[in-house]
Amino acid sequence: MKRFIGFVRKEFFHIMRDRRTAAILFGMPVLQLLLFGFAIRNEISEVRTGILDLSHDVVTKKLTDKIFSSGTFVASAVLNSGKEIGKAFASGKMNEVIVFEPGFAGKLQRDGTAQMQVITDGSDPNVSRIVTGYTESVVRDFLREKSNAAGAPVGVEAVPVMKFNPALKSVYLFVPGLMAMILMLVSALMTSISITREKETGTMELLLVSSLKPIQIIVGKVVPYLLLSFVNVLTVVGLAFFVFGVPCRGSLALLLAESLLFIMTALSLGIFISSITNSQQVAMMISLAGLLMPTVLLSGFIFPVASMPLPLQAISNIIPARWYLVIVRAIMLKGAGIAVLWKETLVLMFMSLLFMTASVRKFSERLQ
Amino acid sequence: MAEQVIHTEKLTKRFGNFTAVDEISFSVSAGEIFGFLGANGAGKTTAMKMLTGLLAPSSGSATVAGFDIYRQTEAIKRNIGYMSQRFSLYDDLTARENIRFFGGIYGLDNATIREKCDRMLHVLDLVKEGNTRLSALPLGWKQKLAFSVALLHEPKLVFLDEPTGGVDPVTRRRFWDLIYQAAANGVTVFVTTHYMDEAEYCDRVSIMVDGKIAALDTPEELKRTFGSATMNELFIQLARPAKRSGQ
Amino acid sequence: MTQAVTTEGLSKRFGKLEALRQITFSVPEAELFGLIGADGAGKTTLFRILATLLLPDNGKASLLGLDTVASYRQIRTRIGYMPGRFSLYQDLSVEENLDFFATVFGTTVKENHELIREIYDQLEPFRKRRAGQLSGGMKQKLALCCALVHRPELLLLDEPTTGVDAVSRQEFWQMLGRLKQQGITILVSTPYMDEASLCDRVAFMQDGRIMAIDTPTGITRLFTKPLFAVRALDKHRLINELRAFGYASSAYAFGNAVHYTDLRLSPEPQELAAWLKSRGFDDVEVQRIEPGIEDTFMALTESSRPEQEPSDG
Repeated sequence: MKRFIGFVRKEFFHIMRDRRTAAILFGMPVLQLLLFGFAIRNEISEVRTGILDLSHDVVTKKLTDKIFSSGTFVASAVLNSGKEIGKAFASGKMNEVIVFEPGFAGKLQRDGTAQMQVITDGSDPNVSRIVTGYTESVVRDFLREKSNAAGAPVGVEAVPVMKFNPALKSVYLFVPGLMAMILMLVSALMTSISITREKETGTMELLLVSSLKPIQIIVGKVVPYLLLSFVNVLTVVGLAFFVFGVPCRGSLALLLAESLLFIMTALSLGIFISSITNSQQVAMMISLAGLLMPTVLLSGFIFPVASMPLPLQAISNIIPARWYLVIVRAIMLKGAGIAVLWKETLVLMFMSLLFMTASVRKFSERLQ
Repeated sequence: MAEQVIHTEKLTKRFGNFTAVDEISFSVSAGEIFGFLGANGAGKTTAMKMLTGLLAPSSGSATVAGFDIYRQTEAIKRNIGYMSQRFSLYDDLTARENIRFFGGIYGLDNATIREKCDRMLHVLDLVKEGNTRLSALPLGWKQKLAFSVALLHEPKLVFLDEPTGGVDPVTRRRFWDLIYQAAANGVTVFVTTHYMDEAEYCDRVSIMVDGKIAALDTPEELKRTFGSATMNELFIQLARPAKRSGQ
Repeated sequence: MTQAVTTEGLSKRFGKLEALRQITFSVPEAELFGLIGADGAGKTTLFRILATLLLPDNGKASLLGLDTVASYRQIRTRIGYMPGRFSLYQDLSVEENLDFFATVFGTTVKENHELIREIYDQLEPFRKRRAGQLSGGMKQKLALCCALVHRPELLLLDEPTTGVDAVSRQEFWQMLGRLKQQGITILVSTPYMDEASLCDRVAFMQDGRIMAIDTPTGITRLFTKPLFAVRALDKHRLINELRAFGYASSAYAFGNAVHYTDLRLSPEPQELAAWLKSRGFDDVEVQRIEPGIEDTFMALTESSRPEQEPSDG
């Protein structure tokens, strides 16, 4: 036991002495969360809008007022001819241009329909889609109010309700993904680098001849990172709750337990990587390209798994973060319990066990 | 008096309140083989870095190959050769590729490089191995090649930092044959070593202790002055009382 | 006498390279045994096999009566190993390194203080300094201390003095001498020939082979040719002239002299001196001397691989 404590203490010295490592370990989770929470959002708070009104009647005036009164749209220019549209977009000053056809009010009165055109900047399809959606809903609102006032019969209308995330806040989406990413980085990348570093500097030679058993070396290496990763989980969940108001609707204990399981999976991956290479550089490349990229791209963090092509969906199954994401989202946002999540939990358990066994077997008690 | 290739006056380097090199003054003449000895931590490496223009001195003055070490570091780098045991050539390139690369660095034109390359491989008897990766060659050959590459741009002065570490005694002496050859051609050689018998091969030797030059003369004269039978004895006698061995 | 180390026909190859070829030797208990050879001679591979870190392709070795392959666990607790490059934690202090290696072996620095006291006293002033900031000599002392902290019966030291200045080397060897007196068997490798004379017995290694094993004085008997020390002021020209002499076998710089051997069995020093005078050396001095360890090593390497260095052929 004393040996073990000595080993862990030494490992903490390494982490604390290297300011850059310490900064990455503790600064990154906070920085990432703030970055995703504040800077990178899917909501758009300010749509710079230009109006080209070829009708100039009461209805278009009212509709324009309605659009700008919602707060989302900001009047950025009043255009006088169709020629100006292209220029306005090219200069980047405009997100959207709304065009009312000539005789708008008359046509609406006469035929019940009138044309308005919503032009957006297609070079950014995401923003485009969201902006168009916003505009449509404002116009729909306007028409409903108008027909109600006129006493016309009200038709059936679908009213969308977003459950669990009524405001559709993107921070709800990012927090679970971010947790997966940070845990993968700290646990897998850091352990694989710290083990391969000992191989590179030759200290592993000394550890091997010291009669420590492989399992003792591995556990001694892993425990500090387990603790650190756990601190990171607490940081992210805490920050998400207090700064961004992301709730934890399910059991916090279950969330932490599942996170611990995911950390174990990531750690065993890290050890596995360090058992197949002797160089820090290779370990880093494998961790970044082989673990971090898929965690970001294929886990459902940014792109939904269901909308991926089938082969990628299949690949996503072997990515631990995919399962962890499901678990975290379910616990934090839906308040789900283990009864729902037992399958995902089992998958993670199986993965940890697999990599742990493989790396203990691969871990050589000799050089090469 | 021969031309002074290196001349320093009270050259000093301080790191914080630690004085690594403490007012050293010495001169090296053209064509001389100058041994620069000292215990680990005596300040040798720092002094070498200043003389090769890699580190700015704290005070004092010096000229190397006729250039000022404060203002003309670029000119110094162009006019000196440098070879160290740690970094010399690229192991994953062939002898020819190494020569071509370093020739290019020193701005030699292609025709000159090709001509020098052939001549060098011929002199070193490496013609057959010219296209073998260096990693496959014995250490002794690599060091000889590294030395020749350091002389590729025909510098007046060459710095050799422990050039013979780790090689066997025969190869070590063959390496010294090359050093003598270069010196006979007028190249000034500034060399550090931990082999004390190599100190005897130098024309003059300086011994640094605690940042200062404790002794500087020909090996014969030094041994007579300090009453030592060998350079090893002399070195231990001078360096033993050093206070900074832990640095 | 009990043997602390015995090997029999050890061979190891890495791809095309034959790192060790049929290494057979033994070291009795409490002996200071030196392996002398340049980089690439196979010293490190031999040490790693003995430290149970590598498996030999052929042959076997036993340490303290235990087989290096079958009983590697027991061996590991009873030997101290110092790898060739500095392999301590550079970001830990002197004290932290020592404490760490002590705990890893399930002991404390205090418990074995007697054994390491002498070395530790020299490290004491730098207790709080990071190992990476120590000088070469101090690093080696710290590494030795760490290798000794669990009171091993056998020390394997792979080139402990490479790159270390002459003063620290001398101190290091004095420590080894005292450790030997405490009954610890020491196997040490070095590229410095002058250190060979400090060993009880030495083995010369070259290209994965052991060329000779004997006591330092015994081994010089392998040098059979008459040897002359020639002195003159212009050493470089002297070497060239000696090599040009009709009967010259070899001429190498040795300290302030040139060591010369002749092709004939009993050459006359006067004849050589006269010839050199005729070549313009007025101050020449020729003297018959006994060969040293370095002379012997050089003669043996020359004869064992004439084909490998055609450059001076």
